[in-house]
Amino acid sequence: MMHAGIFTNVVDALPQLEGYVYPNERTLHPLWSVLIVVYPYVTGLVAGAFIMASLVRVFKVRALEPTYRLALLTALAFLVCAPLPLLFHLGHPERCFEIMMTPHFSSPMAMFGFVYAWYLMAVLLLELWFDYRRDFVEWSRTESGLRGIVYRAFTLGVTDVSEPALQLDARIGRIISIVGIPSAFLLHGYVGFIFGSIKANPWWGNVLMPIIFILSAVVSGMALCVFVYMFLCWARRVTADMRCLDLMASFLFFALVVDATVEGLDWLHRLYSAEEGIDVLRYLASSKLFYTLLIGQACLGTLVPFLLLGTMQLARRKVAQLNRRRVYFASSALILMGVLAMRWNVVIGGQLFSKSFRGFMSYKMEFAGSEGWLLSAGLLALPFIILAVLIKYFLALDLPTIENVVPGAAPRANGPEARGQGA
Amino acid sequence: MSQTLTRRGVLKNLAGMAAGILAAPAGGVCKATVQNVFVLSAAPKGYDPGKHQWLMALDVDRCIGCGLCVEACKAENSVPDSHFRTWIERYVITKPKPGSGETRGETIVDSPDGGIKGFPEALVPKEDILKSFFVPKLCNLCKKSPCSQVCPVGATFEAPDGVVLVDKNYCIGCGFCVQACPYGCRFINPETHTADKCTLCYHRITRGLKPACVEVCPSQARVFGDLNNPLADDPLKQFIANNKVEGLKRNLGTGPRVAYAGLDEEVR
Repeated sequence: MMHAGIFTNVVDALPQLEGYVYPNERTLHPLWSVLIVVYPYVTGLVAGAFIMASLVRVFKVRALEPTYRLALLTALAFLVCAPLPLLFHLGHPERCFEIMMTPHFSSPMAMFGFVYAWYLMAVLLLELWFDYRRDFVEWSRTESGLRGIVYRAFTLGVTDVSEPALQLDARIGRIISIVGIPSAFLLHGYVGFIFGSIKANPWWGNVLMPIIFILSAVVSGMALCVFVYMFLCWARRVTADMRCLDLMASFLFFALVVDATVEGLDWLHRLYSAEEGIDVLRYLASSKLFYTLLIGQACLGTLVPFLLLGTMQLARRKVAQLNRRRVYFASSALILMGVLAMRWNVVIGGQLFSKSFRGFMSYKMEFAGSEGWLLSAGLLALPFIILAVLIKYFLALDLPTIENVVPGAAPRANGPEARGQGA
Repeated sequence: MSQTLTRRGVLKNLAGMAAGILAAPAGGVCKATVQNVFVLSAAPKGYDPGKHQWLMALDVDRCIGCGLCVEACKAENSVPDSHFRTWIERYVITKPKPGSGETRGETIVDSPDGGIKGFPEALVPKEDILKSFFVPKLCNLCKKSPCSQVCPVGATFEAPDGVVLVDKNYCIGCGFCVQACPYGCRFINPETHTADKCTLCYHRITRGLKPACVEVCPSQARVFGDLNNPLADDPLKQFIANNKVEGLKRNLGTGPRVAYAGLDEEVR
């Protein structure tokens, strides 16, 4: 009996395989595990949230102004956390700076240092600083204690808030935003390229991969903005600006349509051209990835929000505000979950079959350790904690106020566009 | 704000950027020079990689699946139990069902423990087997190796003598190369946490010895040689001249150099 017990334990610990798998593929968990699922998810949220913010700055969608700063801060909170899953996953994290110091230019992964540094330093932080500069100066005069010190430090010693200076701020901010859009696409497109460029793997090696990554990133980032904005309003006991929410939901809907179309096209192409390995992919979709791909990503993550948001597009006026808000919240949560499932399907799915196309591996997530879901869940929670701190310091005095609820209310005096024009 | 953005300041910054851009290629040259001096390989002093072009060829019809090569490789290179720098696959192709119109039935492939202890009796009854053969596998020494291409720090590289090597003191253990290798030849060594693979026994071949697997092969299924060897009786040159050879998964454009004679279409 005891022997049988030991035996079952041993069997449990061995990798579960079907068919023939190359000996080096017979590992307990995939080489790129749940941490690498989190990484593209987080960078995607950054890119999407930035696109949301740029709708205000670049495309002058005034109705979205209440979420402008929130979207930028969300992007920042997630961007700060983006390299962590990668770092935890490296065999030698202490050598991580080699990627930036001695990059190998033919590797898409080597671009990480440049793309990340560019996006953080040249785009996001700069845009935030130019946007916040006047407030920093103002707050550094009125606030005392730790807050005062923080605000004074962030002015970087520049206290000129004269009209021409503010005008310059607005102009530079807009230019950075315009540069930021392709940068956001670059940030996430290159993550897609990491997978899309692996020709050895038919699940990954695909020219559409970077585009799919960018589109799903935009969708997930917008959903995150809706989610965070509604949560913040709820937490602060203020009514959300319905005009802003309706518009965000519209953008989310159209982004979802484009994303689902391109992903559908990808599958159609794969099934129709039926290249080598299609049987493996088909089996994967119908068995190992059934719950995450067909149920999680396609049904709950795409079809249901598509129907919900689509209905709202058609029958917005007939639905009460409260119900609309509920639909938006549910849709954004479902989309966030669906895009996470999509990242899982790409990253883990690509490692569930042997490159001999003759067999399959399986993946049972552990609880603790570097491969466990606890660490990944922590890494997904961390940006929200950072965001909470950022909101406390940088959005506390700049609430999405009740006035915003009044339709056609005057734009906030300190909104970026208003400032630019008023100056 | 307007005071800080002066013409002089902007020009200064632009000059700095230009200097940075100009310095980048120079940095690349410096890096290559430093690598030549400092990259660790197992070669002895005085070994000139530019003078050799190492290669291995495999005769599928000669392999008896004894597993000695796998065992020798493990012992020679301290390969961890769970992973393999070389392994043997057994292909059992069954007879087609009568009247199916097919030329062959099912293909069953296995490689228990990489074939290190040989192979047990096949599960298919003998009378149902159309044909069966063994295929030794190792790094395919690609000309356009996807693993070197994707390494973010250049820790893995194609040496001038044709061997694809990993500098384990430089590898960051990201696993990108393992994903990029279509042949399953690479793994992350659980002891060093770096990428590991067949080096053709670099420490041996650079001293005039054969790789361990070639040395122990009792049936001469593995042929090793130097394409730059001026002598006409080089076993590798003769093997390639006398056999119709091909590489694995050529459709991927990786340019696999390791030559197989007697391959079946089922092998990949």
